[in-house]
Amino acid sequence: MSTYRMHLLVCGGTGCQASDSRQLADNLQAQVLMAGMGKEVQVVTTGCFGFCEKGPIVKVLPDNIFYVEVKPADAEEIVSEHVLKGRPVNRLLYVEPGMKERIAEHREMPFYKKQLRIALRNCGFIDPEDINEYISVDGYQALGKVLTEMTPDALLVLMKKSGLRGRGGGGFPTGLKWEAAARNKSDKKYIICNADEGDPGAFMDRSILEGDPHSVLEAMAIAGYATGADCGYIYIRAEYPLAIHRLVIAIGQARQAGLLGENILGTGFSFDIEIKYGAGAFVCGEETALIHSIEGERGEPTNKPPFPAESGLWEKPTCVNNVETFANVPPIILNGPEWFSSIGSEKSKGTKVFALAGKVNNVGLVEVPMGIKLREIIFDIGGGIKDGKKFKSVQTGGPSGGCIPAEHLDTPIDYENLTRIGSMMGSGGMIVLDEDDCMVNVAKFYLEFTCDESCGKCTPCRVGNKRLHEILTRITEGKGTMKDLDNLKELGGIIKDTALCGLGQTSPNPVLSTMKYFWDEYVAHVVDKRCPAGVCTALLSYYVLPDNCIGCTACRRVCPVSCISGEVKKVHEIDQTKCIKCGACQKACKFGAIVRK
Amino acid sequence: MGIKSLDELKSLRDKLKTDINIRASGEIDSNIRVVVGMATCGIAAGARPVFTAMVDEARMLELGNVTFVQSGCMGACHSEPTVEVRFPGLEPILYGNVTAEAGREIVRRHVRNGELVQNLIIGRPFETV
Amino acid sequence: MCKNALTEEKFRELDAYVASLPERKGALIAVLHKAQEIFGYLPEEVQLHVARLLDLPAANVYGVVSFYSFFAEEPRGDHVINVCMGTACFVRGAEIILKELEADLGIKAGQTTPDGLFSIDALRCVGACGLAPVVMVDGKVYGRVKPGEISSIIKEFMEV
Ligand SMILES: Cc1cc2nc3c(=O)[nH]c(=O)nc-3n(C[C@H](O)[C@H](O)[C@H](O)COP(=O)(O)O)c2cc1C
Ligand code: SF4
Ligand code: SF4
Ligand code: FES
Repeated sequence: MSTYRMHLLVCGGTGCQASDSRQLADNLQAQVLMAGMGKEVQVVTTGCFGFCEKGPIVKVLPDNIFYVEVKPADAEEIVSEHVLKGRPVNRLLYVEPGMKERIAEHREMPFYKKQLRIALRNCGFIDPEDINEYISVDGYQALGKVLTEMTPDALLVLMKKSGLRGRGGGGFPTGLKWEAAARNKSDKKYIICNADEGDPGAFMDRSILEGDPHSVLEAMAIAGYATGADCGYIYIRAEYPLAIHRLVIAIGQARQAGLLGENILGTGFSFDIEIKYGAGAFVCGEETALIHSIEGERGEPTNKPPFPAESGLWEKPTCVNNVETFANVPPIILNGPEWFSSIGSEKSKGTKVFALAGKVNNVGLVEVPMGIKLREIIFDIGGGIKDGKKFKSVQTGGPSGGCIPAEHLDTPIDYENLTRIGSMMGSGGMIVLDEDDCMVNVAKFYLEFTCDESCGKCTPCRVGNKRLHEILTRITEGKGTMKDLDNLKELGGIIKDTALCGLGQTSPNPVLSTMKYFWDEYVAHVVDKRCPAGVCTALLSYYVLPDNCIGCTACRRVCPVSCISGEVKKVHEIDQTKCIKCGACQKACKFGAIVRK
Repeated sequence: MGIKSLDELKSLRDKLKTDINIRASGEIDSNIRVVVGMATCGIAAGARPVFTAMVDEARMLELGNVTFVQSGCMGACHSEPTVEVRFPGLEPILYGNVTAEAGREIVRRHVRNGELVQNLIIGRPFETV
Repeated sequence: MCKNALTEEKFRELDAYVASLPERKGALIAVLHKAQEIFGYLPEEVQLHVARLLDLPAANVYGVVSFYSFFAEEPRGDHVINVCMGTACFVRGAEIILKELEADLGIKAGQTTPDGLFSIDALRCVGACGLAPVVMVDGKVYGRVKPGEISSIIKEFMEV
């Protein structure tokens, strides 16, 4: 049925086009026609392959051979050698720096190996609303294996050996957590899946639940077997309707298939799962607050100890784990703890999913082995900074994390390293900032978030963060003093030391890290009353230069709040009281008549 | 209809796997798999009309040998909606920024004729366990 | 507020839901979710009713309603415009979109227009960060919104 027996894929991404990929595609097409193979071989231009540095790229299917840095003149050889005689053109194959071997199959290339999917293994490939698809990719085999072949103790040993650490932010070893819950004797125990995902700009957990809900259900049942619990809750944000919908379907199908409920697989083990809805409070992601919320109370954190493993939901031993943590469990059991601990860095095993967003070209979800460098994620996988701008900083760990500057781009990512450079692994949000972002304003953004989300139970967080926010607001309005900068540092330190829960204990991180790495920018706001990135609207205004303005009305037409007045061919004027400083007029003016001061 | 033992689960898996293998070797009709990314971001970017358009096109062309699957997030949020076409035994092809019209074109050209659609293919740069 | 037949029916729907619960322990938040789904918001009257149903002090119910941002104590407009203020949207210009929207409708985030047609809310991440900045109207997502596009989006909803 298929008329073509071979396809030549030519990357037509921006980077490759800049290096003549269009000419290359034309030449290939011409060569194919000359060889009389127009009906058998198709030349296809594609979108970016994310390997622009080595472009132009040609991929040959079905052979799966990958050529790099191909010149238009190479077209003839590719067609005469590879297409006609089936002999790959050796000199165009990729060579990994520092290695001698040329690599033919793109799957073998280290660049493509940068991403390894364990937690996301099924996302985007199986139908999440059909349990049979999950079963066909070894779904529920891990549960079957532990129930029939392993004692709970052996399972705990296996989990500890794998080195898996919590993906919800703290990085606590999962095996140890399960063990603690297992050791505590009780008539009733609970497993809770934390799907609150409060970090704004992060969507890893949502993607797992939407793409592979059964893997989380299976892992919760496994945790139940390890700890002696028979009841599980998934605490999920009400803002995730699709994830909820798919979870409901998945739970129903699993029950019907006898993979949840009484006497699973005839082993006598019973476990069932219920969904509980969050109601829009970030602090409910904190495990003690989450437990109170499931109990139907205000989601306020309480002091630890006692830890949930001793006294959690309804005062029973409870084990709280993150969605991504759970998604890692079935492959660990099926492939063995040695396999898992062979991936990653010394203290952080396995992979981490990051939601890469902000000013980066390839916004999306990436799953990478621990120990990879930030630079590799942002520039190789992420395709670099949007619109050719300059990288400024990357924010990890959300409102609890910090901003990492260019000098630390080569830090290998793991829990300890990120904390050392003033940020945090967090749940996996990764926001890339470029030269147009004002670091003071970014810090203020996070503080505003914390102020909104502080539960108000303890004073350092409730009042302290408000003060931090006020000072930052002052600075962005050009009313700050050097004394304010000292106060920020001191107060930030006090809040970190005295707040009750993780929210307050980490909330000053965005301010402190930006002050550490971008001190000059703070000084510019305070001393020169200037925002170097041109973001803080109180510190800038847009003016029409009367000499350059020819009265074309372009600016007047684009202004979203209609605050530019002027007639055709007359000089235009901006009403400063109404201007929201969006900069649209400056972009619209072809005569450089609008300036930002 | 509950599964009563691990052995039963294993044989169900093997049966489902062979179903897929039969599909893969082309012995039964349904052998091409088209996967549309339908997570929140995909849907927000318009994946639903793409899915319906593709199913509709396949029906109009009376193509019986293709299964359409809605799936989760493939991670390529920058190029949503995404569509993956898998021919048995061949490297899967991933399309990005697919519109309803482009979806129809993929069915007409790629699924029906085995011809790749120009300008829409994107890379799929990761490994899966 | 006088209870007309319509609200009477709504109360009965809520009663039936509570009666169907296997257990009332810890059910408060679930009941409030249901109540908001039925009534659209949670006025004092509804909160008191829930307190009686679950045999809880009214202060408890109010404490929970005011704690969670998902619960609204004021009626919302016919169309709720959510501007995503998550980090990904923020760094791609969501602030400007919000300002423009506020200027357009003459209200601030959290408020409703006097004619009851529109409410503006600032939301944290709707999970479509790849399309940032994102605006959601009645659940429909608009991605990569540019300054100047907002008014045409609103117009779509004015005509209906
Ligand atoms: C303010 C705050 C918010 C949190 N939000 C989340 C969250 O959204 N999702 C999550 O899994 N863990 C969150 N955590 C971490 C949880 O308290 C807990 O450590 C985690 O769910 C444990 O699971 P893990 O060991 O699998 O990581 C948060 C912690 C704090 C202090
Ligand atoms: S640190 Fe903040 S969020 Fe945590 S208990 Fe104190 S007030 Fe509440
Ligand atoms: S900056 Fe924006 S709001 Fe101000 S005058 Fe220009 S277009 Fe109008
Ligand atoms: S930050 Fe706006 S959708 Fe995620």
